[in-house]
Amino acid sequence: MPTDNRPLSPHLQIYRLPFIVVLSITHRIAGVANAVGSLLVVYWLVALASGPEAFATAQAVLGSIPGLIILFGFSLGLFYHFGNGIRHLFWDTGRGFELHTAHRSGQVVVAGAVVLTLLVWIVALATGGA
Amino acid sequence: MNMRTPVKDARGLGSAKDGVHHWWLQRVTAVALIPLVLWFAFSLAVHAGSGYEGMRAWVGSPFTAGAVILLVATAFYHAQLGLQVVLEDYVGNKALQVAGIVAVKFLAAVLALTGILAVLSIAFGG
Repeated sequence: MPTDNRPLSPHLQIYRLPFIVVLSITHRIAGVANAVGSLLVVYWLVALASGPEAFATAQAVLGSIPGLIILFGFSLGLFYHFGNGIRHLFWDTGRGFELHTAHRSGQVVVAGAVVLTLLVWIVALATGGA
Repeated sequence: MNMRTPVKDARGLGSAKDGVHHWWLQRVTAVALIPLVLWFAFSLAVHAGSGYEGMRAWVGSPFTAGAVILLVATAFYHAQLGLQVVLEDYVGNKALQVAGIVAVKFLAAVLALTGILAVLSIAFGG
């Protein structure tokens, strides 16, 4: 029996994605972005190991405007995946699946990611870095 | 007479192929990364302005070097587990998918080792 010409139900382009669904796919996107961002950490460690010139170059690259924007995005993605990952660990215990609970925990995760990101940048700027 | 139970035919046929090993290690590394990421992000922010010598002294101290090595190893292990699932979910072509997963695993190993050796060379004053 051919199965390739059956009618399709309305798909991703049709539905307005609920908040919880957006958070779910964002977790994945942030995870992939973090993997790419961790390249920067390795680059920075190698520069620090290689000597003052390499380190100065790395600091200049990461401290430039595009560099700072990427680092800020990396930190936000990191703290989002961090918080939502903890949310997933709670779900693994079988709790928190009620719609309003999942909605509320999602809001907490987003707020927490913003707060942690701002906090870490305030500390960095206060100690004279970046 | 056949003494074997039907379970031998079912083993390894689930979508995961190897049971909960992948799922479990993703959770264990996630738990390990909670303190490591928090510590690293904020410690790095505190040391952000310390310059080349100050940064080497911080990264090369025994506690920091150990924690950064744990962070790099755990983060790349966690990353390749996650990227594997992403490739399994979105790459339909089986050959491309397997090649991608192998490439991700090799790359993660090389990057983790590079980061760890950088920290060790700083710690041992190389």
